[in-house]
Amino acid sequence: MEYTLRIKRYNPEKDVKPHFEEYKVTADAKDRVLDVLNQIKWDEDGSLTYRRSCAHGICGSDAMRINGRNRLACKLLMKDLPSKITIEPLLGFKVVKDLVVDMNKFFDAYKSVQPYLIADEHSGAGERRQSPAQREQFEDTTKCILCAACTTACPVTWTSDDFVGPAAIVNAHRFIFDSRDQGASQRLRVLNSGSGVWRCRTIFNCTDACPRGIEVTRAIEEVKRALLYEQV
Amino acid sequence: MAYHRFDAVIVGAGGAGLMAAIQMAGKANVAVVSKLYPPRSHTGAAQGGISAALGNVEEDHWRWHMFDTVKGGDYLVDQDAAAVLAREAIDAVYELEHMGLPFNRTPDGRIDQRRFGGHTRNYGEGPVRRACYAADRTGHMIIQTLYQQGIKNQLNFFDEHHLMDVLFSEDGQCCGVVTMEMSTGEIHVIHAKMVLIATGGYGRVWSVTSNAIAGTGDGVAITYRRGVPVMDMEFYQFHPTGLYRLGILLSEAARGEGGILRNKDGEAFCARYAPTLKDLAPRDMISRFIHQEIMAGRGINGEDYVHLDLTHLPPELIDEKLPDVTDFARTYLDVEPKTEGVPVQPTAHYAMGGLPTNIDGQVIQDRDATPVPGLYSAGESACVSVHGANRLGTNSLVDLVVFGRRAGKHMLASLEHAEWAPLPPEPEYVAQASIDRLLSAPKSGKGERISDIRSTMQKVMMADVSVERSETSLLRAEETIRQLQGAYTYASVMDKSKVFNTDLTEALELGCLLDCAEATIHGALARQESRGAHYRSDFTTRDDKNWLAHSLVYKTSGGLELAKKPVTITEFEPKERKY
Repeated sequence: MEYTLRIKRYNPEKDVKPHFEEYKVTADAKDRVLDVLNQIKWDEDGSLTYRRSCAHGICGSDAMRINGRNRLACKLLMKDLPSKITIEPLLGFKVVKDLVVDMNKFFDAYKSVQPYLIADEHSGAGERRQSPAQREQFEDTTKCILCAACTTACPVTWTSDDFVGPAAIVNAHRFIFDSRDQGASQRLRVLNSGSGVWRCRTIFNCTDACPRGIEVTRAIEEVKRALLYEQV
Repeated sequence: MAYHRFDAVIVGAGGAGLMAAIQMAGKANVAVVSKLYPPRSHTGAAQGGISAALGNVEEDHWRWHMFDTVKGGDYLVDQDAAAVLAREAIDAVYELEHMGLPFNRTPDGRIDQRRFGGHTRNYGEGPVRRACYAADRTGHMIIQTLYQQGIKNQLNFFDEHHLMDVLFSEDGQCCGVVTMEMSTGEIHVIHAKMVLIATGGYGRVWSVTSNAIAGTGDGVAITYRRGVPVMDMEFYQFHPTGLYRLGILLSEAARGEGGILRNKDGEAFCARYAPTLKDLAPRDMISRFIHQEIMAGRGINGEDYVHLDLTHLPPELIDEKLPDVTDFARTYLDVEPKTEGVPVQPTAHYAMGGLPTNIDGQVIQDRDATPVPGLYSAGESACVSVHGANRLGTNSLVDLVVFGRRAGKHMLASLEHAEWAPLPPEPEYVAQASIDRLLSAPKSGKGERISDIRSTMQKVMMADVSVERSETSLLRAEETIRQLQGAYTYASVMDKSKVFNTDLTEALELGCLLDCAEATIHGALARQESRGAHYRSDFTTRDDKNWLAHSLVYKTSGGLELAKKPVTITEFEPKERKY
């Protein structure tokens, strides 16, 4: 099938501002968008730049804005797209080149919620006990691959510099609701601050954008409820 | 150019690299270099589990695990290393749990365990539940947990730095690396007392692979160019259940939970070849069974794939224990595993070979196991050898945690008395020259384009150096790779910019892949026997008299040289492998 791709290009060594370039390609319905980007890069224009690695939706490298929605290029098939496709870098972060954005702000926000188990040294032999039901409390948020699709789909992050964003809250949730963790209060302090969960307007863009199917908005609501009712 | 000085530099931030770095955190000044962001590393793609004889759901012993590893590897495994692997796996899994890894749990709150190919009770009597797991994203949980620990320990990450060179002082001590920072194109020289190569595998040599696009063997190839040998490269694992045409991995856990492979007649054919373990025989065998079914015209619709059948499993078990596997089938093939067979074929998956090391991760340079001063390797880039001729499922994760940790501990201990070796003059020279050549050469004509060279290599390796090889096919591949290496010296890239030049890095990666392919073919031609994943149609049986030995391949100015290194046998005498 024939497709026309409009791709937002920006080379900081040449361009004053970004511009769109158009590519006409023939692709199979079962091709991934990433396959088509590779086809353009390998056959036509080697300078087209994007991140990618695993090519099956688990490494989180190739989140980008495809026809206005944040998607992983390796998890979206051509058959699910119209014949005219617009591809842009994620919104809200500085563009490094073409579809590659500067991820520093994203990882800084992630680090701010102390995304690691905080617990006393385990003294006994063997594992800490955790029931299947306790584990189920945070199962959903362990799936995060840090692709930034949710955070850069959130209008609040587009307009404010200091909101930690949905991905950081998801990763805080993963530990706050882990029965083994003892760091909930310090994380909740971060998320109760001006840059925390109260900036969320419950728009559900994050949930819609998540390529892992995480119920991001629900996780944010659970953190809000924990703050209001101290139910952890 | 930027210059840095660290006690140690770790190249590759997957499971092995991070595990090593965590051992040294706070006690030594360590740089961690990754060409991606660490959580994007391919460890995250591992699905099914990490084995350890915890005995949480049924009786198990680490010696059984050791035996399975040795037998699964068709007796090419170094048994001292296999003992370390199986024994320390237990402690390593507990350590991961203490770091926060969210394993699935038994009803009484212990780490749950499930069956996996080639893992047995009581030395081969039947399958055992040994694989600890977190749904079917165990690798994802490992990489996330280790990255979390890296942040907690404030490791010095050099994210998105592409490895360009490994440096040696004039007297042969490894003393650092050269990298290119992707976001600026700037060259960095990192001077260090020791270097750990943990750059993973090179599945992108083949056209159908489960490996990430980043799986290009950079660390192995660059070190090999510097005269360090590679070991057992002819042993490359094809995983039986890659998604048809795409090669995306469908975990062995699918069969561990009861999935069955069927040919076009609906026959569960594995039972015919391996009556005891059936669909849970080791991967090399299952891949060969599939290959033989296809060759005999019993592929689905006469084509080159078979069906992975999960339709008889309870739907809730599929949802709970195999969510990602089934999601892949739905997303990429539009197949519903609860009601129809999933088309699968063998996919290039894992390098048993790599940089030879001892059990402390030190890279060794000859049959006497003499260490290369200052140089370490762990994980898939290394060959200890715990996988021998064929790796058992889950043992890759065990390998990277156990030997990443051992390497890190050994490096930390060695730092106490390690001296700074001087950098070679103009340390950036080789790196800069390779960049300059690719950027300045005239635009390539047809046939010298990077993408053409790469796809020709991938096709010939798939056709001639995969599940089955012969002298004829290997010679054909050897000749093609030689021609492609010639063409590569004239190839150039279209993108001439400095900032985030992935056209350039893909070209550099292709150079590494060609070197890995060359060494693989060289080893495969020399080894005139069939063992594990290396199946020669012209030498169909194992030959312990001549080939119960590791192969070492050296790249010298006079061409490739091959040497043999003895296998360490401590407890289990080689026997015929039956399942």
